[in-house]
Amino acid sequence: MAPAASAVRGQSLSSGQQRVVNDFSIQVATANGSGSQSANLVLLRSLLLMGIPASGKNMFPSNISGLPTWYTIRASQRGYIARKKEVDVLVAMNPETARDDVAALAPGMVVVYDEPLKLNEVRSDLVFYPVPFDKLVAPVCPDAKLRRLVKNMVYDGILAKLLGIEPALMEQALNKQLGKKAKAVALNSAALKAGWDYAEANLPKQDPFWFEPMNETAGKILIDGNAAAAIGCMMAGVTVVAWYPITPSSTLCESLIGYMKKHRVDQATGKHTFAIVQAEDEIASLGMVLGASWAGARAMTATSGPGVSLMAEFTGLAYYAEVPAVIFDVQRVGPSTGLPTRTAQGDLMTVAFLSHGDTRHVMLLPASVQECDSMAMEAFDLTEQLQTPVFVMLDLDLGMNNWASEPFAYPEGPINRGKRLTPELRQRIGEWGRYEDIDGDGVPYRTVPGDGMPAYFARGSGHNAKAQYSERPGDYLDNVDRLVRKFETARTLVPAPEVVAVPGAAVGFVAFGTSHWAITESRDQLREEAGLDTSYLRLRAYPFTEALGAFVDAHERVYVVEQNRDGQMLQLMKLDLAPARVAKLRSVRHYNGLPLDARFVTDHVMAQEGHIVATSATVRAAAMLGGE
Amino acid sequence: MSTLRVNRIGLEPQVYKGGKSTLCAGCGHNAISERIFEAFYEMGVDPSQVIKLSGIGCSSKSPAYFLGTAHGFNSVHGRMPSLATGALLANRKLIAIGVSGDGDTGAIGIGQFVHLMRRNIPMLYIIEDNGCYGLTKGQFSPTADIGSRLKTGAVNDLPPLDLCALAIELGATFVARSFSGDKPQLLSLLKAALAHKGTAMIDVLSPCVTFNDHEGSTKSYAYVKEHDERLEDVTFVPFFEDISVDYEPGTAQEVKMHDGSTMVLRKLGEGYDPTDKINALTHLTEASRRAEYPTGLIYIEPDREDFLDQLNVVEEPLANLGLDRTRPSRAALTEIMDALR
Repeated sequence: MAPAASAVRGQSLSSGQQRVVNDFSIQVATANGSGSQSANLVLLRSLLLMGIPASGKNMFPSNISGLPTWYTIRASQRGYIARKKEVDVLVAMNPETARDDVAALAPGMVVVYDEPLKLNEVRSDLVFYPVPFDKLVAPVCPDAKLRRLVKNMVYDGILAKLLGIEPALMEQALNKQLGKKAKAVALNSAALKAGWDYAEANLPKQDPFWFEPMNETAGKILIDGNAAAAIGCMMAGVTVVAWYPITPSSTLCESLIGYMKKHRVDQATGKHTFAIVQAEDEIASLGMVLGASWAGARAMTATSGPGVSLMAEFTGLAYYAEVPAVIFDVQRVGPSTGLPTRTAQGDLMTVAFLSHGDTRHVMLLPASVQECDSMAMEAFDLTEQLQTPVFVMLDLDLGMNNWASEPFAYPEGPINRGKRLTPELRQRIGEWGRYEDIDGDGVPYRTVPGDGMPAYFARGSGHNAKAQYSERPGDYLDNVDRLVRKFETARTLVPAPEVVAVPGAAVGFVAFGTSHWAITESRDQLREEAGLDTSYLRLRAYPFTEALGAFVDAHERVYVVEQNRDGQMLQLMKLDLAPARVAKLRSVRHYNGLPLDARFVTDHVMAQEGHIVATSATVRAAAMLGGE
Repeated sequence: MSTLRVNRIGLEPQVYKGGKSTLCAGCGHNAISERIFEAFYEMGVDPSQVIKLSGIGCSSKSPAYFLGTAHGFNSVHGRMPSLATGALLANRKLIAIGVSGDGDTGAIGIGQFVHLMRRNIPMLYIIEDNGCYGLTKGQFSPTADIGSRLKTGAVNDLPPLDLCALAIELGATFVARSFSGDKPQLLSLLKAALAHKGTAMIDVLSPCVTFNDHEGSTKSYAYVKEHDERLEDVTFVPFFEDISVDYEPGTAQEVKMHDGSTMVLRKLGEGYDPTDKINALTHLTEASRRAEYPTGLIYIEPDREDFLDQLNVVEEPLANLGLDRTRPSRAALTEIMDALR
């Protein structure tokens, strides 16, 4: 292929064009099962090794092999790691989607493509780099069966040359990714070189995009939120784990199995200081967790929306019988089976009130992999302190994508096992009752089987303070009203929100979880593009703390940003806040299954702010409708 | 009932008593509660190390009526097996008894029952089987026999589940059937079940005096008494008692339990061998054709590993491990972090 054939960008491509450095996105379009994940991670790792802040997001189908997959890597010298909607450099490997993928690009963008696809015929306003992948991979990979996999590493080599990635660093990333598999490393290394050499000889640079070394990633780790949560669970001393496979939570327990088998085996006996069971369904998973917690172990499960629905009945039992449980909900798009491989924050209302009757549950809301680790540990303390289930609400974006992060800190200090009856306390109080509120905080003292303390009969049916069966109205009220007091106690124990108060700002953001990364970027956009200063409160738990009310008081308009259709967090806030505060709330809702991006937030806030200037009546309507 | 003032661990019978039953007078379940009380007392099981678990229904109320000094958990319908599994994973020293019913096990809880049997969780699993839903006033359960009749006249057209045959098929290691009115047999089986390492499942036919003890019911007292086909006379000899059982050589079979105790089965049925799985299933099928209930120890596999052993869990209760055992070292976290760079 003659280099001239690829130069189709026309007049916009001038030698004086501005270089775009470390601020663009690369999207690789492949079919799943084609082994592109390794090549994509090598690319991401290479950028991190260059010291460039970068994030990678996998958009994959609910399928094992053959359906379209897109992996997007974003480099941002300002450190923005939220999804960026616009694709700057497309690597088109999938014939199924190539033409649509090309059609979606903005003019002037770049396409690296498999030459036989002839994508240069589709548009004339893009930079095209055709690559004969099959021809390049054949000589370096004699085994024809492996070529489909190794082919992907060729585009890494091409991109390295075109965009300025140091080959030695990419080699280092490759070694990291493939580890001890020497044969695979050699094979893929040859593919990288083949790509690089081809680009050097045949593809003169015609686009403005460049990577240049920075110093923003020193010491950072790369990890997905599920593995991070697994580390937190292990460090919290979890002993019993029961789970049922479901995307996107499976890798949480699978990572945990890996870590526990390495770090939680008794040196003297070779026996495990844990039990992990793949249960027959999510109902049994939570049943095992409750049985274990009731018997005094630190126990957890991990699931996603459909599993949460199945866990409803047992969650109600745990709430009413007051049994600890740590439940990770790695949220995906519902309702029903929904979009199993896409992200959402759509289980908030379901989880907050899971199960029939009056129930309320504690939720922790991690935004980063670091918080997946730390909140896993906090969840175990909280669930034992409060003797009620604690849900840790990840989402697919956080749980399954890789995030660069500061390394996790070693937990200092003891863990909190909650209130247990001791001989001393028993002496002081005389007769013990399992559900007696001795301290006035709604949290009773418990005993566990085998501890030598008095036994009690736990039950999901009506009971009195002594845990005896009771249908008396007074006994029922005593219990459920005490549970309300307990929930008030939870308010004082859950992680406080993170507040950035900007003096003089009339507008505030309330967001949580992975929305955080888009909000951070959107606040900059609003300030730089519209001169709009905003404050920001990042919720880290439900129930809310008083800081939320104070934040609303301090602002004229508060945008609640979330990734679901119905404004579920907004609804929860409305239940808690006084009407004067509720009147200040606005809603921005993103729910197409893709991670939230900053431009979406900025556009929606600008639209609503613009309306405020025009007519305040329409704004109210817009705020009510909200969403996409 | 034992006349001893204290048992071999020095506890009085009172310690093994429970609350007053709220089930109907004459309910078979009450008789089963009494046998459980006796078995635990006579075997000298420490109630402070016992957990009693149940689902929902008349049967599932009964753990409140025995061993009042033991911990109990009356959970949700059909899900007791998972709760028991979790509790035993947390503390393998506990002695667990689960009480379920034919609806709780055979209908809503069939899934968890299946996997409990597969896993061989070390516990007693008692099914108080009356062929109907007593607490909701007598609807058919999955063990109701074809042709049995409700008080309203409705006839059951569906074939019953044979929970014993099912359990054997699923890999259960101790499968027995008895009758709530057969005091010596049920007591012997309960004691043997306590000595078994693994899940000991006993399907106890227990007529519902209110809804299913009438003519036309195959689980009435009269019907069961007439159609009870004993496989063998069961004599259980705990490891702490001398073996001095009166049996005819050549007609009895000893089964050695894991704790050293012995079960002696005097064969009434011709050549019945409870360690032969195929034979057990054949026998159940043939008896079912004759509308008979074989009772006694139907199948036993005394040597199979239980679930805790399979999981290679430490001997101490996981629930009691200190942070020094359950939190990896600073160096371990550093190693994990380094691997992620």
